[in-house]
Amino acid sequence: MRITANDVEHVAKLSRLYLSEEEKENYTQTLNSILEYMEILNRVDTCEVEPTAHVLPLKNVFREDKLHKCLDRELALANAPEEEDGCFKVPRII
Amino acid sequence: MGVQYETVIGLEVHAELKTNTKIFCSCPTEFGGEANTHVCPVCLGLPGVLPVLNKRVLEFAVRAGLALNCEIASFSKFDRKNYFYPDLPKAYQISQYDLPICKKGYLDIMVDGTSKTIGVTRVHMEEDAGKLLHGGSTITASHYSLVDYNRTGVPLIEIVSEPDMRSADEARAYMEKLKAILEYIDVSDVKMEQGSLRCDANISLRPAGSEKLGTKTEIKNMNSFRSLQRAIEYEVKRQKEILEEGGTIIQETRSWDEEKGITVSMRSKEEAHDYRYFPDPDLVPVIIDPQWVSEIRDSLPELPDARRERLVNEMGLSGYDAGIITGSRALADYFDQVAAQYNEPKTVANWLMGEFLRLLNAGSMEIKDSKIAPANFAALLKLQADGTISGKMAKAVFEEMFETGKDPEAIVREKGMVQISDEDSLAFIIEKVIASNQGSVQDYRAGKEKAIGFLVGQVMKETKGQANPGVVNKLLKQKLDT
Amino acid sequence: MHERREGEINLSLTGLTAHELCELLRNREISSVELTRAHLERINTLEDKIRAFVTVTADLALSQAKETDAKRLRGEELPPLAGIPVALKDNMCTKGIKTTCGSKILYNFIPPYDAAVAEKLNEAGAILVGKCNMDEYAMGSSTENSGFYPTRNPYDFNAVPGGSSGGSAAAVAAGESVIALGSDTGGSIRQPAAFCGVIGLKPTYGAVSRYGLVAYASSLDQIGPFSKDVTDCALALNVIAGHDPKDSTSAPVDVPDYTKFLVNDIKGMKIGMPREYTGQGIDPEVNVCLRQAAARLEELGAVCEEVSLPHTEYALPAYYIIAPAEASSNLARYDGVQYGLRVEGDDIISMYSKTRSQGFGEEVKRRIMLGTYALSSGYYDAYYLKALKVRTLVKQDFDKAFEKYDCLLTPTTPSVAFNFGDKINDPLAMYLSDVCTIPVNLAGIPAMSMPFGMVKGRPVGIQLIGRAFDEGTLLRVGYALEQNSDLTRPRPELKGVM
Repeated sequence: MRITANDVEHVAKLSRLYLSEEEKENYTQTLNSILEYMEILNRVDTCEVEPTAHVLPLKNVFREDKLHKCLDRELALANAPEEEDGCFKVPRII
Repeated sequence: MGVQYETVIGLEVHAELKTNTKIFCSCPTEFGGEANTHVCPVCLGLPGVLPVLNKRVLEFAVRAGLALNCEIASFSKFDRKNYFYPDLPKAYQISQYDLPICKKGYLDIMVDGTSKTIGVTRVHMEEDAGKLLHGGSTITASHYSLVDYNRTGVPLIEIVSEPDMRSADEARAYMEKLKAILEYIDVSDVKMEQGSLRCDANISLRPAGSEKLGTKTEIKNMNSFRSLQRAIEYEVKRQKEILEEGGTIIQETRSWDEEKGITVSMRSKEEAHDYRYFPDPDLVPVIIDPQWVSEIRDSLPELPDARRERLVNEMGLSGYDAGIITGSRALADYFDQVAAQYNEPKTVANWLMGEFLRLLNAGSMEIKDSKIAPANFAALLKLQADGTISGKMAKAVFEEMFETGKDPEAIVREKGMVQISDEDSLAFIIEKVIASNQGSVQDYRAGKEKAIGFLVGQVMKETKGQANPGVVNKLLKQKLDT
Repeated sequence: MHERREGEINLSLTGLTAHELCELLRNREISSVELTRAHLERINTLEDKIRAFVTVTADLALSQAKETDAKRLRGEELPPLAGIPVALKDNMCTKGIKTTCGSKILYNFIPPYDAAVAEKLNEAGAILVGKCNMDEYAMGSSTENSGFYPTRNPYDFNAVPGGSSGGSAAAVAAGESVIALGSDTGGSIRQPAAFCGVIGLKPTYGAVSRYGLVAYASSLDQIGPFSKDVTDCALALNVIAGHDPKDSTSAPVDVPDYTKFLVNDIKGMKIGMPREYTGQGIDPEVNVCLRQAAARLEELGAVCEEVSLPHTEYALPAYYIIAPAEASSNLARYDGVQYGLRVEGDDIISMYSKTRSQGFGEEVKRRIMLGTYALSSGYYDAYYLKALKVRTLVKQDFDKAFEKYDCLLTPTTPSVAFNFGDKINDPLAMYLSDVCTIPVNLAGIPAMSMPFGMVKGRPVGIQLIGRAFDEGTLLRVGYALEQNSDLTRPRPELKGVM
């Protein structure tokens, strides 16, 4: 499967990345060669194979419904680029 | 030549679960609280954190599924739903995609005396997002927004219905029944005003008789049952007009504008969401033990429909009245408590549906906030039944009880409201009224039965409403018929 | 205490292992402060050239050392790593201490909490000397992708230290830290360990808590130790391994005392050598070292035999779908809202895009886009799902091999450390340097790289691969080889710096 510049633009948008025209071209090229290499996977038959989403056969890992101490608001906001009234401030949402 | 259109409605409902802690961390789920004080690294989505499932969330989800007659999955997992929005700290929501915890359920509704079954496609668990406060009057008018993450990670169940509803009334009935069920099993506060119950509607029209579904629109931002009803009615009308003019419906999300009473397109230049669902590698699958499901099923309380049946069969209430009484667990429980102490279910029901609900609604109050203890309620009804006070007096006493929480005997004593039933005491006043209203007396004797009502009224006036109207009526008739 | 000249103290102390130093500290032949100072001074001397660290925590280290000395004087019982300088890869959260993941986008991020391993090391009495440089977000095989500066290989300053845990490996190799922790998703501990001539172990997936490890690919990431010898590796593993209720993928297994496996006896053990790891693409000189190691193991009584893992060639492409896919989701949270870099924009989308575009380096952006593509509508089955199925086949190959063999022996990398700039402009070539390490991560099994020989002044690493939760066998075989060969403990000359 080949990836076009349009595909790259679409994917960049989905990932919230700005690409210049030059970057778009470069990424299209490298992504294409990588994806071409991935074609190798088509050589192996996986019809009867179950996917492995987790290597460990763990199931039913839970915690109890018990309260623990929260983070101090000061610490929660300590890294905030912008804050106001105890909230994180962000530019307008259209 | 007009085509008859059939409305097809499906509802997507989110209910916040009332566990003590959030779904993947140990922060409180408590509503309110100062911004960003119910947070921790996990629900803030800080780099390096990991989720751990709150067992009680699973239990509540199974409870809800069972109460909705669903099949409970034996194997279930969590998936990531990826999208960017400032109220979503990890830029993905942990939800369930292809293997939800419950599916293929249903609930029954009653509209205009007819029962109908509405299918429930699925129930799944997911985490809530934070809250956005906007720096202007609307999101689009603001130059900035403020984010409060207290609500991120609060556990939700999403309940998706089959597109089985055919009118706004049915949709409303579905919501009311669903709310009652969730309330009965005590998994959620289900308050639309607080956001612990939310609803989106999918609406489409199709020519009557057609099997194929028409293009649907999704309606959001309906914050009350009334909004839901109005919004659906508006949208149906809007779509009908377009179709009748030969136009096509655009598949889109629309927002209900409560003030203007219209739905507005939320279409933006952004493309449709591609959520890129994949199994969350940080969480392991859940295997449900059928024994555990049995235990949960056994622990479910009597559900609204069963309770309604019981009130009809064992207490002789009408289906309609029983429906209202069992419409909320609080009301049903209160009814049981009063009826236990005053065994006249019909009277109790009438008072609850009438005076009690009236006063609660006027004060925007919930039953748990009312000051009237069930024992006092029962006592009041007894006072009326044994003639100590009249019906009218009882209403007045009731209002005082509602206001102050005092017991009825005390109020009656204080206000000197004991009803006068003693015939000797009334005789003098009756004589006086007859003497001063000869016109009515003659009317009555001439055959106008109704004239006695006027005379009764006059006696009531003289006694400041304290005379027992039944006795007055009897005495008047005795006097006048001779 | 003997009188020693300071320079000598530095050189000799920073060349010792943790187990040797523990002895000296216990016998009060040296103090923690002395030891810590020696390492801080060495860091001071070397860092201009090596640049293994993003942050050096000198004040903290000295205050921890002072406390340790005070406790020892009071006769208190001290934990196993008391007074031992350690370093953490900069993708492990340390409360109150800057944690950057080697990225500009987290240039000023100070976590309000400690990673589980940071807490454990602290409880074990270790002294934190600093946070190590790395390829940005653990994506890379040379540390050239660090958003700040590259780290140099202590054996040859023209060579890369490997990646993504290049800083941690170099720090231990250069004697700047006794033990360091790294993370391994596709080889990021083992490959730099090989390039830098130290021991690097990737534990079984789930053996060490990931809580506080900034995620790259959640189903593959594991934290593991770098050390100067196998004994230190066992000591480190004792401290960091164990179930953590804050990590749902943490294995609920008991942690053995790993030092019990340090017996100098491998008679009768069966060691498989997968033929797919020694063919085309592997440097012939590396193969020579591998065969020498195998010969030595046979002399010690083990049996080395060829075995086949037929799906090996599919592991790399599968990895480069799974890892970027998970990464694209894990890295979506870096958006300038709560922490880190924020580049202003007219609206939120503009802010997101500008922040991420300026904050992330090229390789990270490449993998985010690759991953997003693989998960996007219409491609999920062909890429992501397919890769997960191939993963099953790769794992099954190992399971089958372990029915017959106690462990497997392969080269760690196809070549010794390459030069700066050699592969940075050819992403695919860079990816291919992980061909021997990646299959292990897909299967979730443990593997250890240990030095064995040199090629043109650069260390060769050989890899031992074991069954799930059988790190013990790797330590045992590694220990036996180490104790019976000179080729297993190289030292960099550090020409012109020391």
